[in-house]
Amino acid sequence: MTTEPRNPPPQYVLRLKRALGGKAGWTGLAVQIVFAAVLAWVAYEIVANARTNLETQRIASGFGFLRNTAGFDVSQNLISYTGSDTYTRVFLVGLLNTLLVSVIGIVFATIIGFVLALCRLSPNWLLSRLGEIYVEIVRNLPLLFQLLFWYLAVLAALPAPRQSINLFNAVFLSNRGLVIPRPIGQAGLDPFLAAVAVGILGSLLLRGYARRALFQRGQAIRIGPYVLGLLVGLPLLTMLIFGLPLTFELPQLRGFNFAGGSRVIPELVALVVALSTYTAAFIAEIVRAGIQSVHKGQMEAGSSLGLSRGATSRLIVMPQAMRVIVPPLTNQYLNLTKNSSLAVAIGYPDLVSVFAGTTLSQTGQAIEIIAITMGVYLVLSLVTSAIMSVYGWRINRSLGA
Amino acid sequence: MTDISASSFVRQHLVPERAAPVKTTGLFGFLRTRLLNSPTNILFTILALALLWYTIVPALKFLLVDAVWSGKDRNACLADNAGHQVGACWPYIQAKLTQLIYGFYPAGERWRVNLTFAFAAALLLPLLIPRLPAKRLNASLFFFAFPAVAFFLLRGGGLTGFGVSWVAGLLQLFDDSIVNAGQILVNLSRGSAIGPLLWGTGKIIVLLGSLIGWLILPLSWLRDRLQASGQPLWFDFVLTAAIVSLIFFALSGGTRTGQRALVGSLVTFFGIAIVIKLMGLDRGGLPVVDTRLWGGLLVTLVVSVTGIVTSMPIGIALALGRRSTIPLIRIFSIAFIEFWRGVPLITVLFFATYMLPLFLPGNFSVDGLVRALIGIALFAGAYQAEVVRGGLAAIPRGQGEAASALGLSWWKTTSLIVMPQALRHVIPGLVNSFIALFKDTSLVSIVALFDLLGSLHATFSDPTWSTPSTAFTGFAFAGMIYFVFCFGMSRYSLFVESRLNAHHRH
Repeated sequence: MTTEPRNPPPQYVLRLKRALGGKAGWTGLAVQIVFAAVLAWVAYEIVANARTNLETQRIASGFGFLRNTAGFDVSQNLISYTGSDTYTRVFLVGLLNTLLVSVIGIVFATIIGFVLALCRLSPNWLLSRLGEIYVEIVRNLPLLFQLLFWYLAVLAALPAPRQSINLFNAVFLSNRGLVIPRPIGQAGLDPFLAAVAVGILGSLLLRGYARRALFQRGQAIRIGPYVLGLLVGLPLLTMLIFGLPLTFELPQLRGFNFAGGSRVIPELVALVVALSTYTAAFIAEIVRAGIQSVHKGQMEAGSSLGLSRGATSRLIVMPQAMRVIVPPLTNQYLNLTKNSSLAVAIGYPDLVSVFAGTTLSQTGQAIEIIAITMGVYLVLSLVTSAIMSVYGWRINRSLGA
Repeated sequence: MTDISASSFVRQHLVPERAAPVKTTGLFGFLRTRLLNSPTNILFTILALALLWYTIVPALKFLLVDAVWSGKDRNACLADNAGHQVGACWPYIQAKLTQLIYGFYPAGERWRVNLTFAFAAALLLPLLIPRLPAKRLNASLFFFAFPAVAFFLLRGGGLTGFGVSWVAGLLQLFDDSIVNAGQILVNLSRGSAIGPLLWGTGKIIVLLGSLIGWLILPLSWLRDRLQASGQPLWFDFVLTAAIVSLIFFALSGGTRTGQRALVGSLVTFFGIAIVIKLMGLDRGGLPVVDTRLWGGLLVTLVVSVTGIVTSMPIGIALALGRRSTIPLIRIFSIAFIEFWRGVPLITVLFFATYMLPLFLPGNFSVDGLVRALIGIALFAGAYQAEVVRGGLAAIPRGQGEAASALGLSWWKTTSLIVMPQALRHVIPGLVNSFIALFKDTSLVSIVALFDLLGSLHATFSDPTWSTPSTAFTGFAFAGMIYFVFCFGMSRYSLFVESRLNAHHRH
């Protein structure tokens, strides 16, 4: 005869206590009630004060202003925009400009950061010292200081367009900004893009197939030549059949300014330079810490298996370092995006500058505009941290398996 | 026996001596192993040398060799007049130095700023040197007494009341506000579906408000009597001192163990009295200098020190809240921290400048500098909270459990056992966020406060000194100041870190 284990007593009161007040029990419940009352009172004060203040200052409220005509011009727009468009359009223009500068900045910051990290890890004493000096100087000066330095001192000291710094007669750098050749799409553009897309997709599929073959059947397949053929050969083939995809319109100096080509405004140049050099210093430290976090024995084990130095770094050290690098690296990307709001200091038309700056001063609707602006950045960072949690969860899962 | 020399294993001749190993020490060894040990490395060394040559040499040339050291206006710094290529224009810094340090603070009152700087240095330096004694007193002076003294020194003005008046005034405001809120709820209940509920809540709130009103009646009466007397500040001060000291005395165990607290409280109040008397706060104090006149390094330091001092309690409270088991408090802390960490500081400053005044009562105008300070304190507090939380997570559970086993309450466990250890763990992290905060103070120049960077920017538009090298000179000067502060802080944090990790060294 077996004795059934007795069920634990239900303890409804205890469970209720836990649910309502955490470990602190009834005291916790009382604290919560008082806290909720205080929050309610603060919220009431805010709403009541805002209402009276808006009435006395005759400021409209609500989001109706978004449909009004903006009536000001923006010096750089990725989508068509004129002064007669609405504030919604202004918001979109600003948001796109913010995203543009963030993406360019992230690309450059990553490149510079990795190069710097390699410098700092180099066995060459002078090179690693140089990397260290760069990191120390850049990290110990405020970003706004560096931004203003590039914009007010360096870019302003550049020569006028007539004497601009000239690279191969195609790229001109002057105090009016950077003038680069403008790509013009030709008949061959669509097939070319399609070929590139097919090439990328094909190589990804091939890589997946090769990995599966390696892991499941132990069969090593060399996919290098096929990938090269897909990525380079296919687009070249379409170019031969359909003609050149792009032609470039070279900028020409006419009078006091340039005709043709596309102009990158100096504000964008300064912002990209400042953001990428600043963030690169932080990225360099993150990458260095990540690579150093991989135990020396891993490298030695790799070479004892007969792998070359490059292969060991690529196949053994980097994958383990990336696990340490990726979360703080994402954080830095997020920081760069948030820091791009410093654009307002030099007048680059980003979200904060055109929306929380110009639009706010025109309409006076501070609450709505600042709430929208903060909301955009908040959504960006919450989405990023959600993606990072998924990444961390996957890493943990793969480590546990 | 065989002849041993017949064995082929016996060596007949001396082995020739090997060449000495490649020298790895000394200058040449160093050069050989760290700079020139392979063709790639030689290439890298040459590249690095070229880089150094093209950055250090022009920089030194600009700062020292080609620099102009004296002059009255821009003419001295023009290449035509100087007769050579002009580097840094130092007379421009000399002319603008006061603006870069004090802003437009009146010249006759600048001794007050200098005195504040001196106080800060005198209190901060002993705090930073671990070997010096009396850290507790020093820290409490720096974090509590110094801010108040600095406020009256820098801004000026006096006091008309003390504790009793302030408490009475605040309670009055609070009471009015909740009675109002209750009334509005009662009025709302008429046309609403959940009318009775609203009516009931409103009535309860009104009742609560009038109850508080009755409770504070003696206090308000006392305040009115005090204000009517000839010396409102001193009477109020003595009354506050007596009440607070008695409360401390009673709370620390009355006649049994309370003497220490009583003496401490009385000494503190005596100190406050001396400060009030010395600065003449009872007679209107020093002349008021409006914060719009403040600028330069003064604003940078005021904003960063206030940010550091105020963000610590906010951060500690939020970190404890985030680890609390009480659901509402935890949710609120998480939301608060994630919100401030998710938005850029500029939007926070815009929020503080344009939105905050709308949220405050209409008759309650807040100074521009204070608004920026509120924004920065909230922003930095959220970052500190995450650092402190890291420290709290590093403390083994056993510490807290042992404390509860000894019968300590949650407050005592936290303040005596867990928090001191946690904070000691995260000193480097805290200093890191102090550095970030110090650098971020430069952003206040965007909301029309003239900190060091803002003042520098403002001097560029002065036609008296507009030369091609003005901007570079200004940035070189301000950059050195920023670098010295930030680099100093980071080195100090490294020093503290190595001191705390002394037991890890072998």
